[in-house]
Amino acid sequence: MSAILAVLQRDLMVVVRRKSEALTALFFFVIVSSLFPLGIGPEPGLLRKIAPGVLWVGALLATMLALQRMFAADHADGTLEQMAISPSPLVGLVIGKIAAHWLVSGLPLVLMAPVLGLQFDLDAGALGVLMLALLLGTPVLSLVGAIGAALTLGVRGGGVLLSLLVLPLFVPVLIFGAGAVESHIAGLGAGGHLSLLAALLALSVFFAPWAATAALRIALE
Amino acid sequence: MSKQLTNWFRFASPQTFYPLAGKMIPVFWVLAVLFGVAGLWMGFFVAPTDATQGEGYRIIFVHVPTSWMSMFIYLVMAGWAAMGLSLNARLSSMMAQALAPTGALMAFLSLWTGAFWGKPMWGTWWVWDARLTSELILFFLYLGFIALQASIEDPRRADKAGAILALVGVVNVPIIYFSVTWWNTLHQGASVSINKSPSMAMTMLWGMLLMALCLWMYSIAVALTRVRAIILERESHTEWVKQLPETKVEVAA
Repeated sequence: MSAILAVLQRDLMVVVRRKSEALTALFFFVIVSSLFPLGIGPEPGLLRKIAPGVLWVGALLATMLALQRMFAADHADGTLEQMAISPSPLVGLVIGKIAAHWLVSGLPLVLMAPVLGLQFDLDAGALGVLMLALLLGTPVLSLVGAIGAALTLGVRGGGVLLSLLVLPLFVPVLIFGAGAVESHIAGLGAGGHLSLLAALLALSVFFAPWAATAALRIALE
Repeated sequence: MSKQLTNWFRFASPQTFYPLAGKMIPVFWVLAVLFGVAGLWMGFFVAPTDATQGEGYRIIFVHVPTSWMSMFIYLVMAGWAAMGLSLNARLSSMMAQALAPTGALMAFLSLWTGAFWGKPMWGTWWVWDARLTSELILFFLYLGFIALQASIEDPRRADKAGAILALVGVVNVPIIYFSVTWWNTLHQGASVSINKSPSMAMTMLWGMLLMALCLWMYSIAVALTRVRAIILERESHTEWVKQLPETKVEVAA
């Protein structure tokens, strides 16, 4: 447990010292979501309809941006190998890094989403559901993405490859995340979708760190 | 018993498996051709014309078997990959690597023939039907597996990384399938579904089964050919490969 916290604290410290990295993903999210009304037209009815999908796809892509850096810097300067041979189990360190990734690139998206949702003319209830769905869904993206990041560590063309590996696995999160907001707008209630998102979160919390750790060990061999 | 076991594991080594695979390939080709001829004959001459869909439905005899094989091969591939990862057996990982392109081909053919079927029947090349969408995502998973293995230099690392990806994919395939099904029913309702078509004539079912067997045998034959190439490539430094007649010819030429 203390190892998890130590890694978390250290990764957050690194981000605080180099703010630009953390802000890139957030700005990307903001800019991409703002481009859609420009491309499609300002009609409020249409914007309300596409808002959940656009915001979720934006969140997916923004998470991808920072994924590649989850292990890369530590791998390049040898820190990762030191972590692997340290007495505390590697899976704890991986959990710490995943948590740091989510705090830096997932949580800001959750907090920013209502502002962007206003641009798309969503009402207060839909904004609440959107935030809740993102709060449940973005950790899944960090967790599943960590497996991809570990698999493509130090591989040529890693960034493009990472998106090829990870984006198909993000499909269920996208469907249930956007579906929660859509069914709320349609008056059907978002409970079912949110429960499924929570189930995905529980599954990935349980399995993803182990898979990512196994992939890291292979990369470090 | 113990003697039988050792005999069985004897073929887990690339050196002993290479000639065995060479002997097995023609057998599977012959079976593939036999089943294929029987299946096509059944499909084109015996099976009756469909009452609602006319003659165009006959693409089912390629479409459905390729869909089955694309899913089945992913499972087999993941099984070999898991065996390679847990038993650290090189040949198992090579089998997984050899199966991936065939699986991707089957998924692609399934989508392609599906489009050809959809155009005359539904009036469109593509609908966001649950089956089509999950088949497309399965195709992406195959591409990811192939791309990951191709971009890692060290073959042993490529094997293990691919194995983890295949296993993560196997866990995800049912989740993706159900999520896509629910997503689809929310949007438009299942307007097109194979389940709802009138019950199938026995001859049609037989045609499909024979074609599935044909593609199965074809997949085995092709995968064995590919695994032989992979063995030669990876074991090219060993003495037994240098002694093979086929590699000697290459050196002389």
